[in-house]
Amino acid sequence: MKSLEELAAIRDKMKNNAAVRESDGDEIRIVVGMATCGIAAGARPVLNAIMEELEKRDIKNVTVAQTGCIGMCKLEPIVDVYIPGKEKVSYVLMKPEKVGRIIAEHVVNGRPVLEYTIGAYEK
Amino acid sequence: MMEELSLNILDIVQNSIAAEGTKIEIGIEEDDAADRMVIRIKDNGRGMSPQLLAQVEDPFVTGRTTRKVGLGISFFKEAAETAGGSFHIGSQLGKGTWVTAEFQKSHIDRQPLGDVAGTLTSLILLNPDIDFFLNYRVNDDTFDFSTEEIREQLGGGIKLSHPDVISFISEYLSEHLRALNGGVGI
Repeated sequence: MKSLEELAAIRDKMKNNAAVRESDGDEIRIVVGMATCGIAAGARPVLNAIMEELEKRDIKNVTVAQTGCIGMCKLEPIVDVYIPGKEKVSYVLMKPEKVGRIIAEHVVNGRPVLEYTIGAYEK
Repeated sequence: MMEELSLNILDIVQNSIAAEGTKIEIGIEEDDAADRMVIRIKDNGRGMSPQLLAQVEDPFVTGRTTRKVGLGISFFKEAAETAGGSFHIGSQLGKGTWVTAEFQKSHIDRQPLGDVAGTLTSLILLNPDIDFFLNYRVNDDTFDFSTEEIREQLGGGIKLSHPDVISFISEYLSEHLRALNGGVGI
């Protein structure tokens, strides 16, 4: 079973890479709606999928944050992706299965997955 | 309604965060002999006035000015009361708020506890500067977890939201909770 002593290894590994985390200038932000409506609609597994995907791909320049209810409860879970210098993209009716493509195509390669966006929903 | 009680916990803790709590304690207690399950959430946030406290359990009284409360409390209360249990919320201005939900464990309408590790990991990832405590007791076995001890082991300067740390916390909690309750809580 895992023990807290293993954190020492993580700490030492990070000390060696200290410089990597310092440059926060070009941080990408992924924001998940975590109000009652978001949680009830399944935001937690979506958030966990985002976390796992970032870890799996070893992506370090992304901050994951939360927001409240923005009044579009029926479209939750909603995930916003902010890439510096570009317009915000909102993904609606999110599911863990959609996360892989969003990370690969949008966060890594800069091309939003249009079919999952709020714009596609409204058409 | 929430599908799992661990989602109610996630939701209620959002109120604590909105109330600027910096120290949030989650207690879960399962007692098979007494056929009881208790969930407690306590924060050191700004607390509520007696007037607001008297209204928070009613979803239709809450308005935009009291945005930090809404359906979440009603959901949790209903989950407890439909499972042969009870619900209590207390608060004091400047001191904090505490919520207790009690369930008849074997009740057919009691929602499963679900993924407690997922709830805690999500909270830590999104709020790496808040101190979270978990005390989870199943009959005679107890598991204690706190972000304070994680911070102590990590030393200063490393955020708990760092992917490597979050991944460790996720696995650590899943393993220890599985050992305690035999897997995702039922």
